[in-house]
Amino acid sequence: MTTLLEVKNLEVRFGLRSGEVKALRNINFTLERGERLGLVGESGAGKSVLGFSILNLISKPGYIADGEVLFEGRNLADLSAEELRNIRGNRISMIFQDPMMTLNPVLTIGEQMIECLMTHRKISKQDARTIALQKLQQVYIPSPEARLDQYPHELSGGMRQRVVIAIGLLMDPDIIIADEPTTALDVTIQAEIMELMLELCERNNVALILITHDLGVVSQVTQKTIVMYAGRIIEQGPTKEIINDAQHPYTQGLMNALPQMAVPGQRLNQIPGSMPPLQRIPTGCAFNPRCGYVLEVCKHNMPEFTQSGGCQVACHMVAEMKREEQAARMQEV
Amino acid sequence: MNDQSQILEAAPAAPSAWERMKDSNLWHSFSRDRVAQLSFAIFVAYAVLALFAPLLAPFDPYDVASIDIMDSEIAPSWAEEGDERFWLGTDAQGRDLWSTILYGTRVSLTIGLCAVALQAVLGICIGLCAGYFGGRIDSLLMRVADVQLSFSTMMVAIVVLAVFQAAFGTELYQQLAMFMLILVIGIAEWPQYARTIRASVLAEKKKEYVDAARVIGLRSPRIMFRHILPNTLSPILVISTVQVANAIISEASLSFLGLGMPVSEPSLGSLISSGFEYIFSGSWWITVIPGVILVGLVLVMNLLGDWLRDVLNPKLYKG
Repeated sequence: MTTLLEVKNLEVRFGLRSGEVKALRNINFTLERGERLGLVGESGAGKSVLGFSILNLISKPGYIADGEVLFEGRNLADLSAEELRNIRGNRISMIFQDPMMTLNPVLTIGEQMIECLMTHRKISKQDARTIALQKLQQVYIPSPEARLDQYPHELSGGMRQRVVIAIGLLMDPDIIIADEPTTALDVTIQAEIMELMLELCERNNVALILITHDLGVVSQVTQKTIVMYAGRIIEQGPTKEIINDAQHPYTQGLMNALPQMAVPGQRLNQIPGSMPPLQRIPTGCAFNPRCGYVLEVCKHNMPEFTQSGGCQVACHMVAEMKREEQAARMQEV
Repeated sequence: MNDQSQILEAAPAAPSAWERMKDSNLWHSFSRDRVAQLSFAIFVAYAVLALFAPLLAPFDPYDVASIDIMDSEIAPSWAEEGDERFWLGTDAQGRDLWSTILYGTRVSLTIGLCAVALQAVLGICIGLCAGYFGGRIDSLLMRVADVQLSFSTMMVAIVVLAVFQAAFGTELYQQLAMFMLILVIGIAEWPQYARTIRASVLAEKKKEYVDAARVIGLRSPRIMFRHILPNTLSPILVISTVQVANAIISEASLSFLGLGMPVSEPSLGSLISSGFEYIFSGSWWITVIPGVILVGLVLVMNLLGDWLRDVLNPKLYKG
């Protein structure tokens, strides 16, 4: 059986007036059926661009310059527009950040759901309505029959996000890409929505790519985590290992920045500085100006991935430590 | 128990279009705006008069046999030299002015509405394409629109109609006059629509629901017409009312210049123009009455447009 989704050496560029900018570089990862993957990083790290490039939907100045996105072994870049449309929404669906914006304000919930169903399947309007109703029931919306004929503005934020999730599930997709699905919601609703997504993914064996900057959510929901910085993956591996024993200084910084890590009465921890704009990514390791453990080599050479436990880490310091460890072990032997 | 009754109440939901309408902002504003109500009532009256002109008119102004030249230039019936038969008097050819005005309103409204429909179809398609696809298509279409706008409507209309008249003769022109007027006014004014719609499409295109629609796998035309177009409807409605008024005026001006509807089938404009020659001989009614009717029509359309613009502009909402 082939891997469900495999991203190989993906490079996305944006052709700007000031020159070409690499928004994503050297992205490699795989996603199995039913697997849940967290995509973490600061704003501007390229998480959402990655989400869009999986669907081959990057908007204008951006384009996939290199690498492939293999869905069930087929490269999405090679597919015709028609075949791509069949995958979008049907096999891979996407949930966006702001439920206020993702629903069309002038169409009723039912119209939007039925439209999606009827573009992908040859079914009658009545059948489509029945399926839409089922999906609304699955996301626990109270009185779903009435909702079908309501407009988005008549629903609350949490309810709307449930509708958006129901639309995402409509075609029983294999992958759901959720781009910060809870950021725009109330904290109490956030937990409910995440729980709902987890439950639905487990029940329907759907793979999930969760794009977020909330490490707490990632630790609860996902099995695998990818940490991105300035368009590159800097650490990836099983979520448990990354949460419990982050290797990359940036991941450690993110972990320390969680409010739970702070000592009451003191300022919250933060990573000094901010992410460089894509036009001015420093040479060597992109993180070097902000890193507390910076070595001389970090300023000149891009770090390669080092295997550390189940994780892959792109950091000179970690590589150095591994080498020393190995040398020590060799000496013991 | 309580739950069930709620569900029972909610069951026949799906409010009808009329209920939705009654609930809407538009209706709310309309029900307390006197000017809008009055304008709308007058507009409806115009529409009814135009629609049922053959039933309401005491005479048929197109029927040459029923016209008696001896009846020409009779003053309205309430005036001193008036004649009982002709309420608003007669024109220079002896046609009953009231009947002619009814038919003329019909012609003017038809030309106005059809020309605007043509403008709207052209403008919406071109504006949507330009805004949605962007890039070269956008620049190309908008430059075409700019070129079109740099000729004034009247100039284009005069040149086209005059050339047509010269080339194909007056007879054919008289047969096709209405069609030609619709075509000319429609084509000359589409950039108004195209520009407005392009601007709203550019704003709408960035919203996430468009991305969401693309993610669902919808085709571009479907996204354009079903998702983006309804969201740009309010500016379309507003310019439509103004454009109908403009088209009616354009038609009247062209008719006044002798390039519009022929005298045998007069619109309000050609009536005004035909009466102009007699205004100094005392027959003021041939020009003034159709003029008042025309001004009234254009005025209520503009008032309705103003009202609509205020209602549909969320920035003007207070509280």
